[in-house]
Amino acid sequence: MDKYEKRILIYTGILLVIFLAAVMRAVSRGISDLPACIPYDPSYLEPRVTALDENTYQVFVVAQMWSFQPSEIFIPVGAEVDFYLTTKDVVHGFHIADKNVNMMAVYGGINKTTVKFDKPGVYPIICHEYCGSGHQHMKAEVIVNYPNK
Amino acid sequence: MKWNISKGLRAVIILELALPLTLLALGIYHGLLQTLYRSGMISMREFAALEYYQGLTLHGVINAIVLTTFFAVAFGHACITYYLKRKTSTPLAWLSFAFMLVGTLLAAWAMLSGKAAVLYTFYPPLKAHPLFYLGVALLVVGSWVAYFSWIPVFLAWRRENKGIKMPLAVLGTMVNFTVWFVCSIPVAYEVLGLLLPWSLGWTPDVNIPLARTLFWFFGHALVYFWLLPAYIMFYTMLPKLAGGKLYSDNAGRFVFFLFLILSIPVGVHHQFGEPSISRGIKMVQTVLTFGIALPSFVTAFTIAASLEYAGVKRGAKSLFGWLGKLPYFDRDRYLFAYLITGLIIFIFGGLTGIVNASYSLNAVVHNTAWMPGHFHMTVGGPVFLAILGMSLYLLTNVTGRVLSPSMKNIAVIVPHLWMIGLLIFSTGLMWGGLLGEPRRTNLGISYLDPNSPLFRPDWVPTTAMALFGGVIMFSAAGLYFIVLLKLLFTKRTEEPGLEFPEYAVLHDEPRIGLLDNFRPWLVLMFLVIALAYIPAFRDIKKYTGDKAPPYDPNNPTPLELYQKTD
Repeated sequence: MDKYEKRILIYTGILLVIFLAAVMRAVSRGISDLPACIPYDPSYLEPRVTALDENTYQVFVVAQMWSFQPSEIFIPVGAEVDFYLTTKDVVHGFHIADKNVNMMAVYGGINKTTVKFDKPGVYPIICHEYCGSGHQHMKAEVIVNYPNK
Repeated sequence: MKWNISKGLRAVIILELALPLTLLALGIYHGLLQTLYRSGMISMREFAALEYYQGLTLHGVINAIVLTTFFAVAFGHACITYYLKRKTSTPLAWLSFAFMLVGTLLAAWAMLSGKAAVLYTFYPPLKAHPLFYLGVALLVVGSWVAYFSWIPVFLAWRRENKGIKMPLAVLGTMVNFTVWFVCSIPVAYEVLGLLLPWSLGWTPDVNIPLARTLFWFFGHALVYFWLLPAYIMFYTMLPKLAGGKLYSDNAGRFVFFLFLILSIPVGVHHQFGEPSISRGIKMVQTVLTFGIALPSFVTAFTIAASLEYAGVKRGAKSLFGWLGKLPYFDRDRYLFAYLITGLIIFIFGGLTGIVNASYSLNAVVHNTAWMPGHFHMTVGGPVFLAILGMSLYLLTNVTGRVLSPSMKNIAVIVPHLWMIGLLIFSTGLMWGGLLGEPRRTNLGISYLDPNSPLFRPDWVPTTAMALFGGVIMFSAAGLYFIVLLKLLFTKRTEEPGLEFPEYAVLHDEPRIGLLDNFRPWLVLMFLVIALAYIPAFRDIKKYTGDKAPPYDPNNPTPLELYQKTD
């Protein structure tokens, strides 16, 4: 090993440590994290929206070929929402691109993530995992501060 | 010096290159069609009797499994016999080919008859025809037979050459197939033990998180199985083709052994968004995935340093002058063009790979069009171009046919054109991915159909860009097939045999025992795999509830129920 090779190994090591530190920082500051997995319970297969208080919501999403239930989720501005996700049949994706919510719905497993909706608007939820011939039409919406609700 | 390989092995190599290259025509055809569907140019479920997801399955299985496996075996045969200067077993080579051929034909039948539109990841509980699973399993088992036939040859060479470094290409080939063998045991269990009896109706249901984790135990090591033949060419052939020497041979040995340890225990980074595996395991495998970036950085340095040496020898003066002195368009060294363009693409493929591996950053890109954008710059870049270039090189060698100068001119243009097309195509896909465009989706009948309520005008420029790049890539592939067809109708003018570019080292360091011995690395490999995967399987047992019955991709009712009502 010559001095250039030693140098490149050190630089590479430093670079990877910086990347890793950035990932750890995002996690420890609560900026972003992966979904939590929680023990299975059949009650997660009932689609519903529950308001714990005026700014805290729980949304239990059930994916199925080829729709999400509930398909329209009404939330006030500033609400913090816990999404619980599972599927009745094949594997589906659950992607809210504007909020970096990105989960897989897998049979027999329950996924959970928390996200805060600060701005009013319509946030499309797209199924981004192939789930059969109707896959391209499978979507839902989070509607934040819809005037009539 | 030309190595005179046996007539039988020559025939095996020719068939193992020609067969998947023929199927590739279909795979590439549906590559182009996907860019047409996705951009809304085709707004239909199927075009010319090929349904979108059926074509997508063909595209993935043919390009990423059939072509790559056949090529790795053919190139492995060539490397083992050429660099060890020994005969390998011809009957076993034929047996291996027969398994792979039958497997490919079974899977191709299932896909073409529309009974296996489950994509190449065959995620249950979507169910394919049993022969699809059996075909894929036979293809993999066939490649094992080739590996088993090399082991005694390799061990005999080692016994008779104590204290001599094993040839780098042989080390790379043995590392590659060892990883391949180990990683394909769980997926063989998934396919033969779980999915096949389930698709035959013998077992009612399957544990889905378990099946997926078994798949990804294999699925990421698979990408290194694609990549390592290209790495062997980068280390042992590229420096000589550029007119120089390999900067360091021990660096290459170190890199291959790192791949042996780290190729497998990183698969969970494909499952960051999934339930049933806890965050701690995902973080551990993030760190391990960062670890496997190290051998690629070492390779980037070593190959760049080797090319710099070549450029300086060819008269380069300034700091970056060597970049301009390389034989990019030298038709008599067309293999150089295939390898260097692949490396240029891989700079971007590697860096985007680090993004994907980065734990929660993955949530920005997972399952969006970013992903195909990324992996077309790895498997569709360095891997695919190395396969195309080396196939042409091997075919001319073992058939004793010579390409005419005009054909060589076309052959040298192909990789450059492919690179331009690919970089445009991947930029379109990745840009779209960041805007939320999903992968594996027939966008033409929903999000890219102006008459649909789902229409997304913001995805028009991105999918159009991918289409533009795709058309260029398709033309490059067309030119390649012209050269291949011309070769078919050329007469033999030379003695058939095998000769690889001669391999010389700039810093020829003494043998380091640790870098010439499989045992310690194999022990480490199994330790790291156990560390990374035992907790993952324990989590799956703990968190997973019900198992799933099979589903037909065209019907939301479980298969059992609607078959009964028929």
